[in-house]
Amino acid sequence: MTGSILFLLIIVLGGIAWFFGRVKATRFSATNPKRGTVHSLPNYHGWYVALWAIGPALLFLVIWNIASPALITDAALASPAAEQLPQGQFARGAILAEARSIASGEQVRAFNPLSQSMVEPYKAAISYYQMIGMVAALLLVFACGVFAWLRIKPELRARTKIERVTMMTLLLASLIATITTVGIFASLIFESARFFSMVSPIDFLFGMEWNPKAVAGPRGETGFGAIPLFWGTVFIGAIIAMIVAIPLGLMSAIYLTQYAPPNFRAWMKPILEVLAGVPTVVYGYFAALTVAPALRDFAVSIGISGASSESALAAGVVMGIMIIPFVSSMADDSIAAVPSAMRDGSLAMGATKSETIKKVLIPAALPGVVGGVLLAVSRAIGETMIVVMAAGLAANMTANPFSSVTTVTTQIVQLLTGDQEFDSPKTLAAFALGLVLFIVTLLLNLIALRVVKKYREAYE
Amino acid sequence: MTELVDSTNSSESYTMTESAVPNISAGDGPLKMTTRNVDVFYGDKQAINGVSIDVTMDNVTAFIGPSGCGKSTFLRCLNRMNDTIPIAKVTGEITLEGEDIYAAKMDVVQLRARVGMVFQKPNPFPKSIYDNIAYGPRIHGLATSKDELDNIVETSLQRAGLWREVQDRLQDSGTALSGGQQQRLCIARAIAVDPEVILMDEPCSALDPIATAKIEELIHELRGKYAIVIVTHNMQQAARVSQRTAFFHLGTLVEYGVTSDIFTNPTQEKTRDYITGRYG
Ligand SMILES: Nc1ncnc2c1ncn2[C@@H]1O[C@H](COP(=O)(O)OP(=O)(O)OP(=O)(O)O)[C@@H](O)[C@H]1O
Ligand SMILES: [Mg+2]
Repeated sequence: MTGSILFLLIIVLGGIAWFFGRVKATRFSATNPKRGTVHSLPNYHGWYVALWAIGPALLFLVIWNIASPALITDAALASPAAEQLPQGQFARGAILAEARSIASGEQVRAFNPLSQSMVEPYKAAISYYQMIGMVAALLLVFACGVFAWLRIKPELRARTKIERVTMMTLLLASLIATITTVGIFASLIFESARFFSMVSPIDFLFGMEWNPKAVAGPRGETGFGAIPLFWGTVFIGAIIAMIVAIPLGLMSAIYLTQYAPPNFRAWMKPILEVLAGVPTVVYGYFAALTVAPALRDFAVSIGISGASSESALAAGVVMGIMIIPFVSSMADDSIAAVPSAMRDGSLAMGATKSETIKKVLIPAALPGVVGGVLLAVSRAIGETMIVVMAAGLAANMTANPFSSVTTVTTQIVQLLTGDQEFDSPKTLAAFALGLVLFIVTLLLNLIALRVVKKYREAYE
Repeated sequence: MTELVDSTNSSESYTMTESAVPNISAGDGPLKMTTRNVDVFYGDKQAINGVSIDVTMDNVTAFIGPSGCGKSTFLRCLNRMNDTIPIAKVTGEITLEGEDIYAAKMDVVQLRARVGMVFQKPNPFPKSIYDNIAYGPRIHGLATSKDELDNIVETSLQRAGLWREVQDRLQDSGTALSGGQQQRLCIARAIAVDPEVILMDEPCSALDPIATAKIEELIHELRGKYAIVIVTHNMQQAARVSQRTAFFHLGTLVEYGVTSDIFTNPTQEKTRDYITGRYG
């Protein structure tokens, strides 16, 4: 019997337990019609019994699935066939793994005849432990189910208990997201630590040359100096993209909140939001196939040297356009949050609309706008698709927007795609880069959220 | 309430007109602003119905009346702040020094510099005290030098009775002041552009009695320098600070006259009911 059938069986038994619990509760509810003598409705008693029947058994199965492989291997090794196995850890492990996959049906034929001899003991051990697990699980279902069924009586607070189980389930669900984040961070730290045991953090963080090699060169140089990547990332994501996104986003927010007639606004806002939903790979196409060639031709025609078809400008401009809706909606929110009394006050002084916007609304909305811009920057520097497609791979330290630069995310993709050994510094460098990116975006987000929150409080 | 004036009301207001119109100009002293047959509509809804009033230089004019009767709406006509409400439409004639302020050639920005406004809730800009006062003079180019600007800031604050309290902290944020101080700051801000008329819409409703007393005292001192129109819910306040009182009801002007007459000897039944607290 496979695991999924067992699982279904347990669920069905849970359903039966629910039914019995409910029947018993219905019976005593009927004999105690007075309000208050029966604490919970029959349904809750049913759920109470069902959860007791299912919960411990499923928990047991999870633990059993984790623990049993070790037990199975021990049992197989105890068989007479195991005596012929070689002593070396590595060869032994390979044979055992092979025998095991044959026994469980994942593999058809053995490459090593020794494995073939181990298959039978494995099969025996697997079915033995499976049987134990199954019987124990079913016994648990019955034992706990009966235990719970016996416990239900009129004054049992089944409703309260179900409430608590619901709360715990919800808590668990929310913990999963948190724990995953922590887990990702931990794995980044772990792999980065391995990288930094091979390449010094100083060389990595402050080195000026990015040319990753699997082995160190004659003078110990490794080519893992990440400054050009950091520069490229900042140049594209925080400088060029923001030069495009901040003014356009801000001006569109001002127009939409202050000047646009309501029906134009009703049209325009959803369109801007659609812009935010365009998959970044589409922007990437647009940058690589349309904007980049056009910019290069333009640069060549006005005689700029070093113009590349994979220019920082193309990637940055397109990224800026991608970010516009983001900046605009944050700015829109902050401007709308400035009390209208402020605006009226200024207008009543005889200020024009644009004077009011410039001298009162924007200064008052500034912290919110700054917060929005920081969030936008953090998005821009983590953005991958556009730069992978349009920014190029050459790690240049240049402020010429028409030449090619590379970014942290591009290089992570570059380092991880292709045939690499998993513990070479080249692969591990991707984790170190990821860690830096993670920390920087995290800090930006924290600062931005704090600024925005403070600003909100100012107008409570 | 869909119609502001129902049939019984309009017959009543007809008889009322006989006595109410003659005292349009309950003022003596030079005329500052006049309004003739002003109607205001919010969309299809009429909020002000044929109001004619004169505002004089030497008197403080108070608008009283039950909530929703259109006092704020009418006040905002006087400096065209209703322009900021897209659905509001104003008809009739309103003049400032004989000039029609709703005429096409009227520059609204200039008008609002001449007719300042103080709002119900203090609304200082989130800038320093100094910048709050200097805001108007700067946008209108009233000062040519830093000294001149400093001078305007100081006299405005002095006139608003705030100078002594804030002279050492002009660079602090205007929003850090107490509610009463903020409201005097707003009055100082209005004074700083040297207006001819100051409109105040329930300037004390967000303030405690002591701050209120200070503002009332201030209004006394400002009287004569500026034509002042004040909306208030507080009838004692109207009696204390004003020399002329206009009583509004459901968008119409019921009675307008010398404050002491209105309070001691109103000609209209509705006015009497209102000031004796029978409704409103
Ligand atoms: N912006 C607006 N849009 C539509 N209707 C409005 C608007 N402002 C006011 N009104 C309506 O016009 C009428 C008069 O309102 P107004 O604010 O002038 O009354 P008020 O006398 O100042 O009342 P209060 O004493 O409560 O301040 C009310 O019926 C109100 O609902
Ligand atoms: Mg009002």
